[in-house]
Amino acid sequence: MLLTRRRDRGSWWSETVHEWALAEAIVKYVGEIVRSRGGSRVKSLVVKLGALQSIDREVLEFALREASKIENIDIEELRFEVEQPLLRCRRCGYEWKLDMDSVPQDLAEAIHFVPEVVHSFFKCPRCGSRDFAVVRGRGLSVERVEVV
Amino acid sequence: MRGADPRLSVLRDRLRGVRRVIAVVSSKGGVGKTLVATSLALAAARRGLRVGLLDTDFTNPTAHIALGADISRTTPREEKGVVPPTIHGVEFMTIAFYSGENPLPLRGEEIDEVFLELLAITRWGELDLLLIDTPPGVSNELLDLLSYVPNVENLVATTPSPLSLNSLRRLLKMMLDAGEKVLGVVANMATGEPHGVAEVCRSFGVDLIGALPLDPEIDLALGNPDKMLSTVFGRAVDRLLEEILRKPRVHA
Repeated sequence: MLLTRRRDRGSWWSETVHEWALAEAIVKYVGEIVRSRGGSRVKSLVVKLGALQSIDREVLEFALREASKIENIDIEELRFEVEQPLLRCRRCGYEWKLDMDSVPQDLAEAIHFVPEVVHSFFKCPRCGSRDFAVVRGRGLSVERVEVV
Repeated sequence: MRGADPRLSVLRDRLRGVRRVIAVVSSKGGVGKTLVATSLALAAARRGLRVGLLDTDFTNPTAHIALGADISRTTPREEKGVVPPTIHGVEFMTIAFYSGENPLPLRGEEIDEVFLELLAITRWGELDLLLIDTPPGVSNELLDLLSYVPNVENLVATTPSPLSLNSLRRLLKMMLDAGEKVLGVVANMATGEPHGVAEVCRSFGVDLIGALPLDPEIDLALGNPDKMLSTVFGRAVDRLLEEILRKPRVHA
C-alpha cells in the first residue's frame, strides 16, 4: 500500500480529502429528511464519529458547512459525538479496545478509507482469530436530525 | 431519526457519469467471472471506450492480478472522495488497495458496509462502461449489487458442466422472478458447441451471447493485457464485447 495522505497537509488538503464524499452524503441525506418532513431548516444535527475511521473532525465540519451551502440547507447547530472502537472476538468472546493513536500510520490510513480492513491488520489478542465484531466505534453515522 | 446511513443518499450521484453498468455474475465458483470481467474491460479500453472495473469480491479480491495492477505501488487519489487509478486504460477499484494481500474475513453485514463505503467514496470519471466483478454465491455482495446499483445489467457466466448448469438455472430463476435485468449468458471454458447452456438459455428465454474457449494459455498471460487479448480466449472475449455493445441496454 502506498497511502501518504496525512504526510503533508498543504492548503489544498482540507478541500481534497475523502471526508468530502462523506460530508456530501450526510448533507444529501439530511436534505431528504428536511423535504420529507416539510421543514425549512435543520435546528440541530448530531453526527457520530466512530474513531476506528479516524475522520478528521475539523475537515468534516468544514466540508459539511460547504456542502450544506451548495445544497441550500441551513444547519443551525452541528454537533459531533466521538465513539471509541470496541472489538469483540466471535470465536472466544474476548473484548478489547483499539486505540487508533497507537496504530501505525499506514494501517490507520487504510482503515480510514474502508474500516472493515481492520480485519486484515488485527487479530484477537487472546486467540488470534480475525473473526471479530466491531461492536461500536466503526465510523460515521447521523445520530439525530431536528427539523423545524 | 437515529443512527441512519447517509451513504445511501449519494450512491446514484456517484454513478451518474456511467453510461452502462454490466456485472459478471454466477452463483458457481470457478467459472471465470474475474477473467471474463477483466478481459472485457481490457478489450473495451483497447477499442477506445472509457471503461471502469470494480472488484466486489471483497474477501478474496483477484481482479488486480488479472489486470496487472501493482497494488503495492498504486492507490486511488484523494479528491473529494477517491479517484480510481487508471491501469492499462481501465479505471480500477478494489478493496485490495487498502487490505493489500492480507486475509480479509468478513461477516455478511460487514460486506454490506464495504459495499456501501466503496460506492459512496469512489468517484468514477465519465465512463461508457463499468464492469463489476462479483464473488460466487448468492449472498451479500450480489444482493447489494442488485439493491444499490441502479440499472445494472447482469451477464451470467457459466461453464458447460452439468454442475454449472444447475447453478445457472437457479440464478436465472431468481433474477427473472425479481425482474432483474439479465443481459445474457456467456459460456466459458467451452470445448465445443455449448448445447447444454444453449438449452437452459432457451428455456428461460435469455440470450446466449457468446462462448469462450478453455484456453490453458490464459494463465500464463495474466496481468499482461497485450498477451491476454491475443490468446484464443482474448480474441473470443473481444467478439463477446462486440456482441454486448451491439445489444441494446436491458430494461426491466
